[in-house]
Amino acid sequence: MRAYDYLSLLQGTAVTVSLSLVGIGLGVPLGLALALVRWSGVPVLARLVAAYVSVLRATPLVTLALLVFFALPNVGVPIDPVPAALLTLAMNTSAFNCEIWRAALNDFPRAQLDAATAAGMTPWLGFRRIVFPQIWRISLPGLVNEMTLLIKSSPAIAVVGIVDITRAAVRIGAQTYEPLPPFLAATALYLLVVFGFVRAQRSIETHLDRKFGFA
Amino acid sequence: MINEFSIVWAHKERLLVGFGNTVTLSLLATVAALALASPITMALMAQRRPVRALARGLVDGMRCIPFLLLAYIVYYALPTLGIRFDNWTAGLCALVIYNAAYIAEILRGAWASMPREHIEAGLAFGFSGLKLYRRIILPPIVLACMPVLGNQMIQIIKDSAFLTIIAVPELTHEASAIQSMYYVPFAAFVSAVVLYWVLCRLVELAVAGVERRARARR
Repeated sequence: MRAYDYLSLLQGTAVTVSLSLVGIGLGVPLGLALALVRWSGVPVLARLVAAYVSVLRATPLVTLALLVFFALPNVGVPIDPVPAALLTLAMNTSAFNCEIWRAALNDFPRAQLDAATAAGMTPWLGFRRIVFPQIWRISLPGLVNEMTLLIKSSPAIAVVGIVDITRAAVRIGAQTYEPLPPFLAATALYLLVVFGFVRAQRSIETHLDRKFGFA
Repeated sequence: MINEFSIVWAHKERLLVGFGNTVTLSLLATVAALALASPITMALMAQRRPVRALARGLVDGMRCIPFLLLAYIVYYALPTLGIRFDNWTAGLCALVIYNAAYIAEILRGAWASMPREHIEAGLAFGFSGLKLYRRIILPPIVLACMPVLGNQMIQIIKDSAFLTIIAVPELTHEASAIQSMYYVPFAAFVSAVVLYWVLCRLVELAVAGVERRARARR
């Protein structure tokens, strides 16, 4: 491996990290919205959300990426590789995040909601001031866990032509006829990225612990 | 749209062959990964420190890398060290090695939270070593982990789709082949998604069934 090869691996890392972060940034709030639809039992929508989550949780990321990238242009929505990859990642992670948020919402004590209503809060205000500040702390470990899972399945987006860490390593291996060194370098890079996410979670938790006395 | 689906229906044998391959790969990988996970779990819970550290390193390493990277290492990098597979076997090996690490960690968790008395009773009855593990420790922890193991099997099914990239003729690969030949992307991939969904539902039902049986026998 030469200097140029290391550079292309780093470029792949930037692609993996930035696409995953945007996917997470879209998928976490979308998951919360889906969970709220199910939690509040909106008549037909709640059923649709349940079906969406069930199907997406069973769909491999590779298959979803191929479906999004090839089928959308076929029904008249042209899409480039990067938006296709982002849509794939966001859809996939939103289904899993929905279940994490929903678990926290289902465990939320009913009495607090009644108290908020009794104090004259609208449902939206009650959600913002009472429910959300508590459930995001409970959901944090699950959400971070799902983020690391997303990063580990992100190489799937290479099928729509995006050069992430894994794809960059394969290219270097094919050019140099020595696949082992780039694969080991890629392993180290994933370790760093995943470790970074876990560390971020820890530091948020210790910060909360110091500020509120509990995580 | 209807037309697209009728093209896919006309080539249903190909899709079913792919589905069959996905089922075979997932089942074989689950059984083999469970078998391989057992000794790894024993190593994770071993008395000797170096054994424990080695197993921990292996398991944590696997849990940090994407499955596709391991599949590439098995398929492209091992041949340079003189170990050669065809792509089907390479795919199966990658699935087994990768998921054995996850299953070992699941079993370790259940073992660590198992009541001490249970194991002590086994020791008092003269069980030790492998026999203690096989007869006293393993059965209850496997039953306790059933739902999590079911989830892991669903993960195996979904991981197997990555193997299309190393040209294993599984479900996604066959759907891809049909779509590229007749340009029916929507119908081909939606059919694949439905088949994956059915397979995952079956696993969930099977796990629930085993759990009900286990509870009835207790």
